[in-house]
Amino acid sequence: MKLTIPEKEIMSSGHLACQGCGAVLAMRYTLKALGKNTVIALPACCWSVIDGPFPHSSVNVPLFHTAFETAASTASGIKAGFDIQGKKDVNVVAWAGDGGTYDIGIGALSGAAERNDDIIYVCYDNEAYMNTGNQRSSSTPLKALTTTTPIGRPKEDNKKDIISIMAAHLIPYIATASIAYPEDMIEKFEKAKHTKGMRFILVFSPCPTGWKYSPQLTVKLARLAVQSGIFPLIEIENGTKWRLTKKIAKPKPIIEYLKLQGRFRHLKEKDTNEIQKIVDQTRNRLLEKIGE
Amino acid sequence: MRKVLMGNHALSYGAKLSRAQVISAYPITPQTEVVELLSEMCASGELNAKFIKVESEHSAMASLIGASATGVRTFTATSSQGLALMHEMLHWAAGARTPVVMGNINRALAPPWSVWTEQNDSLSQRDTGWMQLYAQNNQEVLDSVIQAYKVAEALDLPAMVILAAFVLSHTSETVDIPEQDKVDEFLPPYKREYKLDPDEPHAFGGLTAPDNYFELRYKIQKTMEEALIKWEEVGKEFGDFFGRKYGLVETYKVSDAKDLIVSSGTMASTARNVVDRLREKGKKVGLLRIRVFRPFPSEKIREILSSVDRAIVIDRNIGFGSSGIFYQEVKAAMYNEKKTPPIFGVVTGLGGRDVTSKDIVGIYEDVTKMEEPKSDIIWKGINI
Repeated sequence: MKLTIPEKEIMSSGHLACQGCGAVLAMRYTLKALGKNTVIALPACCWSVIDGPFPHSSVNVPLFHTAFETAASTASGIKAGFDIQGKKDVNVVAWAGDGGTYDIGIGALSGAAERNDDIIYVCYDNEAYMNTGNQRSSSTPLKALTTTTPIGRPKEDNKKDIISIMAAHLIPYIATASIAYPEDMIEKFEKAKHTKGMRFILVFSPCPTGWKYSPQLTVKLARLAVQSGIFPLIEIENGTKWRLTKKIAKPKPIIEYLKLQGRFRHLKEKDTNEIQKIVDQTRNRLLEKIGE
Repeated sequence: MRKVLMGNHALSYGAKLSRAQVISAYPITPQTEVVELLSEMCASGELNAKFIKVESEHSAMASLIGASATGVRTFTATSSQGLALMHEMLHWAAGARTPVVMGNINRALAPPWSVWTEQNDSLSQRDTGWMQLYAQNNQEVLDSVIQAYKVAEALDLPAMVILAAFVLSHTSETVDIPEQDKVDEFLPPYKREYKLDPDEPHAFGGLTAPDNYFELRYKIQKTMEEALIKWEEVGKEFGDFFGRKYGLVETYKVSDAKDLIVSSGTMASTARNVVDRLREKGKKVGLLRIRVFRPFPSEKIREILSSVDRAIVIDRNIGFGSSGIFYQEVKAAMYNEKKTPPIFGVVTGLGGRDVTSKDIVGIYEDVTKMEEPKSDIIWKGINI
């Protein structure tokens, strides 16, 4: 059988992720695309635990744990360290969750983007502070339940549009990726690998523990997110050339995506209609931007 | 070569002569000239380094920790609020055993805003695991940067070279700039044993359970104890190379002294003149300048204080709710000694209020009228 993604595994088993963790697939595919000549700067996030406690590690590439808000700045420093030693071909990856990207680390991320530092910044987005037990982040979607947006007061604010924020920095390469579309994801990482300067990839990573769904549904949910249009697969070159990499002619109703998740179990019909409206509007704005 | 340099530029020359490879910094008054000159040196190619112009001091320190972990020599400089913002990463630098060297210009913390000198910014970082050195003139600033790399890299612990805002940072003095060849011989390139290397992948700093974490902290303390010897060794070796010898402390006319003034930084150099003045009047006064504050040279301090009748510690800082910080440390060093003189703690010059020779003479006169210390703080120069 001909494989559609690289066969070689770099990440090993024995990591500490929850069953059905989307972030593990995200790392596995990323390393398949980037290869062994890669170094990871890892701020506080689920992956601080997943990789394994001292002295274990499951990624098989150098991994440097760093403080919550410093994924980008630590990666910039690592890159500079390699550069001045003439080791210019090392892929330096900042690997952060949505809390470390959308919230506490956005200053450092913006700084690295403005300087066009030669790093690949990956945000695996599980839409809340999952490592600390599911508190809301600015990536948590509207109306979702988390431990800090509980029943009676679900999240009242929209998910932050991190892609537009990054696009405004006019960096060479931005993409969204999904673990349900490994070929598309690996293609994007390969493209990123061969692009100089700041690259930002947002990987949608469903979380059974936080989103309250059965672990075998991780890939299905990731796929539904793309098919319903709530997480479109796109890439942006130089902040201006937007392109859909997976065209969805007729998006599935958002209810199909929402109804599988306990974090949306409290939604009434008017709530899902409201979410559907927002998804449609966002999609139309995106299509306009792309020129389709 | 002799050159007239402001203290800030002495830091820049120190970093340049040490061949810093990655520099990362954010501007803050009164540090800006340090990084402006380094930027020029990088731009002209005079210094072959990567300069990351970060968006905050927090990122400056984070990026240098990352760079240092790849095995290169790193430098930054900051002051006051900037140092406070770095606090989290200062712990990280020490814990990750990255020998980052940093210049810190002592400036008072806000509010209210102040740009003038005071030691509370650096002393608030006392327990981060950084070595701290307080310089008294611009020559010492430059020389100490070079020595700091040698000590820091031998021990894999970060080091801070500290100078007074404006009194040194913006004051020009004649500074001897060592020959590059000689500095290269004194300070060979940094070789890091455990580093980020795709050919030999390791994870650094991962979750460490109580069965290992304790020992890692123990090792930092043991290294600090080793550093006491290392600073002396390197200070002496520096003297052999460049004709200027340094130690953990500096003493002046202590051999027959009855009264001992203890201080640091530029206040200590003012106090040296005061010693001469008081000696002219027949007073048996000596000076102990504490140069290296972390690791704290307790043994040296015990040696010197055991032979005097009175010690007066002058602090340009305050540990709120307690007393002057050097005073606390000196007192703690003496507590278990059989023979210890009374130790008087003076707090003065906060927020950059001038501390002149006359003020120090005044301190001496006030204190020598007292039989014993009546409180932990003797305030000097305050208008209340």
